[in-house]
Formats: sequence, structure tokens, C-alpha cells
Amino acid sequence: MRVYVEGIGIKGVGFENWASTAAILTGQSDYAPSPVTITPTPLLPANERRRMVQTVKLSIQVGTEAFENAKRNPQDTATIFTSSGGDGETIHGILEALASTERDVSPTRFHNSVHNAPSGYWSIATKTHEPTTSLCIHDASFTGGLLEAAAQATVDDRAVGLISYDLPYPEPLHSVRPIGSTFAVSLILTPSPSEASFACLTISLEPPTPPTTMTDPRWEAIRVGNPSARSLPLLEALAKGAETTVSLENVAGNSVKIAVSRNVA
Amino acid sequence: MGSGLPATLSALEAGRSGLRHQTFAGGVDTWTGTIDGLDTVKLPAGLADFDCRNNRMAAVALQQDGFTDAVAAARQKYGAHRIGLFLGTSTSGIEQTELAYEQRDASGRLPPDFHYAETHNSFSVGRFAARLLDITGPAVVVSAACATTAKAFGNAARMIEAGIIDAAIVGGADTLCSTTIYGFHSLGLVSSNPCHPFDAARDGISIGEGAGFALVEKLPAQRPADAILLRGFGESSDAYHMSSPHPEGIGARMAMERALQSAKLSPADIDYINVHGTATLVGDAAEDRAVVEVFGRQTPCSSTKGYTGHTLGAAGIVETIISALAIQHNFIPGSVHTGKIDPALQSNFLTQGNSAPVNRVMSNSFGFGGSNCSLILERAC
Repeated sequence: MRVYVEGIGIKGVGFENWASTAAILTGQSDYAPSPVTITPTPLLPANERRRMVQTVKLSIQVGTEAFENAKRNPQDTATIFTSSGGDGETIHGILEALASTERDVSPTRFHNSVHNAPSGYWSIATKTHEPTTSLCIHDASFTGGLLEAAAQATVDDRAVGLISYDLPYPEPLHSVRPIGSTFAVSLILTPSPSEASFACLTISLEPPTPPTTMTDPRWEAIRVGNPSARSLPLLEALAKGAETTVSLENVAGNSVKIAVSRNVA
Repeated sequence: MGSGLPATLSALEAGRSGLRHQTFAGGVDTWTGTIDGLDTVKLPAGLADFDCRNNRMAAVALQQDGFTDAVAAARQKYGAHRIGLFLGTSTSGIEQTELAYEQRDASGRLPPDFHYAETHNSFSVGRFAARLLDITGPAVVVSAACATTAKAFGNAARMIEAGIIDAAIVGGADTLCSTTIYGFHSLGLVSSNPCHPFDAARDGISIGEGAGFALVEKLPAQRPADAILLRGFGESSDAYHMSSPHPEGIGARMAMERALQSAKLSPADIDYINVHGTATLVGDAAEDRAVVEVFGRQTPCSSTKGYTGHTLGAAGIVETIISALAIQHNFIPGSVHTGKIDPALQSNFLTQGNSAPVNRVMSNSFGFGGSNCSLILERAC
């Protein structure tokens, strides 16, 4: 499958947005591990904004950046949201309530607990009626999401926004599912080149091969610590504009190979 | 209703509901579609870490109707790596975490025998089924509320068309858990009666549990006589509210229109619509409006939620299978428990099942977050 990259959005420790991240990954700027700043989207009315949880804010934030960079209207674009888990604070709150004698679950918390809360809020914020889905593939959530996005873009011949996000859980869930740090990434992919395209990805499913890693140990720690950050080797290749091949770990039994090229003719 | 296709068909034909009265601590008085016998199900050797109600039910469903044999034959034909897995769930095995929270130790830690990835994580059923069926192609779990296992057919169809795989397992499981019982109760959406969709006195959902699986293949030159075609599908978003459907049914209408468009069919080509029809006041009214706008008032409709309860993330696959049975047996199921149809609703809603030629069925699945999907199934020959 061949798709073209029009825009990227990113949030991670020391990765504030795509422009500054690209400068860091190409060695033009120094890396400073500043904490992730998550801000609610101004696209939602105040009453909805108040109810937004961290996963919703973060995913909409990176999605918005990617669409802005791509100069593409989210209202006409299908989206795929992918994450290895739901909103940690929300799920912890519900589980605590259920373990108490009152068992009073807050209705807002319940609707925020569904895996597709970010995609639901996205459609409300961007006023889009286009298809959107929400996937979970545990540690391969980014990889599987990318495969789905490429299939949808090429088969349906339409632009697709991929939004992948994962945040650490609070305890006691953190101990059983340690996620190192907050990370989210969004890619706008199209089946044919456009004026905004800056890279071409040829994506295929391969027998299992070792995943491409990051040479800088600080970034490698982020990569292995967060399923969405498994995208970092691909993002590094995109930042460098190098003709290269990246291998991403997928579900047991296969890997996803991505040939990255600057050829967008 | 029982396990397997014959039991499901016989319950539909006899108008036999699987709902039972149940009360939960804290005064939740409701009816549920609870599956008997799951407590004693043993998972296959080597998969013990996956033990939870959701995977037990998935295992039971996979063992029905010669399904594992059909998958083995597909594996032989295409190779394990050329078969994908597109499953869905809304709450996965979160019941294990609910139980683990009750067993936290003095410092708040979860018990040591709790397995997060194999039970609670949404991908649990995906990894479990891949191992059980020995499938090594791409695997995803869709979790888009109550449209989940309908949308998974779209994922499978696209991946087959993209040439990445030759066949796919589509389906999933959703089991009862406190999260959904108390969650839907908090929203005031749970009925204290057996749910009665499209009824003038409808007052909310009955939560059910369910699982189902389908083997989807590229259209072969020789179509098997009892095969069902996935003729088209349509997905849309309401862009309205997280837990309430668009009152004018805009998203529902778009999903149905897009399904017809993708199938290259007109509304008159559809013989029966298995509506989402969960028996909420707003949801049924919005869907009725959308159905009438797209189809007019003639196309027979019914909701099978009165038989199964609302199986949430499994509703898509359960009702796809019911729709396939409708085609294979030329039988339109009724809407058990629905008494007097709401006079404000205008679609051709059937309370009684009847025999009729059924060649094409639309199955609707709509969910939280305004997530909508309509599928069109067709008799293969």
C-alpha cells in the first residue's frame, strides 16, 4: 500500500509540536525533556470542554496540529483513533466507585470511559459526519492503526487522519500496565500526492523482523515506554527526509515494513 | 437464547426471549440477557492467563457450528499469515479488574494473579482468538461503542480489498460487568422491565451479553449455496453528543445511505431492516425518523434486542448473524416484548415474526460518541 504524508502532529516529553520535533530529530536543535503540556481544544463549547478528559484533550490537540500542517479540512476527512488503553483517571474512578458500597458511577465518567470518547469528541469539535473508528492493539496500537489508515486511504481513495495516543495510568493500574510517559502522534495520509505531501510511505506486512530502534537512549526509552511512541523511528525518518526503511513491531506473527521516500511526484 | 445457530433460530421463530429479571446491589432492578454456564468454562491449555468472562464466552462462541473447522480449512487454503482478525468489544474483560479492585491489599495494590493485558485490555479478545485459531495475519480490536462489531466488517473488507489478506475473522464478545450495569443505570437508560423497542411505553434498555464470529473471504468463483455476501456497509458520525443520539437521526440516515451507495442498491432492494432499536425514548424515535426518510414506510423492520438484550459491543455481530439467518431461512423475526407500537413512529415495525422471501437485509448498529454503522447482507445464490 502506498500513501503520502501531508501533515504531522505530535506531543511527547520534549516534543512540543512537529516543527520543533523535526528540528530535534535532525540534530538542528537540542533536546530538552520538558513535560507534555495538554490544553483543551477551543473548538468545543465551554460545557463540553469542561467534561473533556486527558485522552480527549491530547488526541484532539495532536489531530488539530496535523490537520493544520496539512492544510486539510477535518470536516471532510475520515479518522482512525488508536490507543492501547482508555482514559486512566476515568477508568480508575469508575473502578473505585464500583468497589465501594455505594457503587455510584458518575454518568459523565461513564460516557468518557468508552474507548471511542476521543473520536466522539473529535466529531463534535470538528463537526464531521465522516467515518471515524477507534482501535486497540495493545503494544502494536500505532502499528496496527497505521496499517488500517493505509488500507482505508488506498481502498476508499480518500484522505485519512490517524491519531494515536497513550498516557500513563494512575496506580494501582500503572503497576500492571506501566506506560512510561505521555505520547501522541497524528499523521494525515492520502492515497495520491497533493501540494502538501512531503513524503511517500510504501507499507507492507512482513514476517517478524526486529523493530527499528532510536540511537539516542533518551528517545529509545520513550519509544519502548509508550505504544504510540513506537512511531518515533518513522517520525525520525520523516524528519530527516531520508530514503530509508523502517520496521515496526506488530501483533505476534508479523511486522510492518515502511519504505520512506521523499518522492511525492 | 442458547449457543449456536440452531438454538438462535429456534428462539427467534418461537418468539422466545432470553431476558431474565435480575437485581444488583445498590437497587438496580432490571432484566438482563445473561448467558448461563460461563462460570465453569475452562479455556484451552496454555491460555489460562486469558481467563475472564469475556474470553470464556468468546471461546464458547468459537466452538459453535463448526467454526474452528472452517477457520482451519481457510488456514490450509490461504496460510495463517493471510488471515486477519477484526474483532470488537466495548468493555473487554474489565470485570477482572472490577474484582481485582475489590481485592486490593492494604497498600492499594492489585492481586498478583491479575493479568491486565490478557483480560482488561481491549485487545485481549484479539490476542486470545489469534492464539486459539492459530492466525498470524494483522489483528485489531475495534472499540467504537455499540457499533463496534458492525464496523469491524468494514475493516476486514478494506484489508481484503487492499490485498494484505485473503480472509478475515470478524466478530467479538461483550459480557455483563458492573461498569456497564451501573454506568447505563447512572444515565437513566436501563429499564426495570424487559426492553420493548418501538413500544409506546418503552423505557430503556436491557443489557445483554453476546459473542459471535464470522469467516469472511474474497468472493470465490464457486459460491457456496448457504454463503452470505457482505454487499455493502456505511459508517458515519453524529457530531452531536457523547451519550445521546442526534434527535433527527442524521448520523443514522447517513450510515444507511452510505451502505446503500456502497452496495449500489436502492432502498426498495432491501427486504428487511434489523434496526438498532434499543428501546430508549430518543434512540428509537431518531432511528425511526431516519429509516422513514431513507426507506419510506413499507420496508419491514424489527429489533431483536427483546430477545438478546443490548449486547453493546457485540450487538453488531449478533445482529449480523441474525440477519444472515433471516436470509437463509426466509424468516423475518418479530420484536418480542413490544406490545403497542408507539403511534408517533412511522416505520413498518413488526412485532410478530413471519415467513417471507428475504434476499437482502440491512443491519443497523449505532453507539455512544455518535458512532454509526449499517451493513447490507445478501443471499449469495
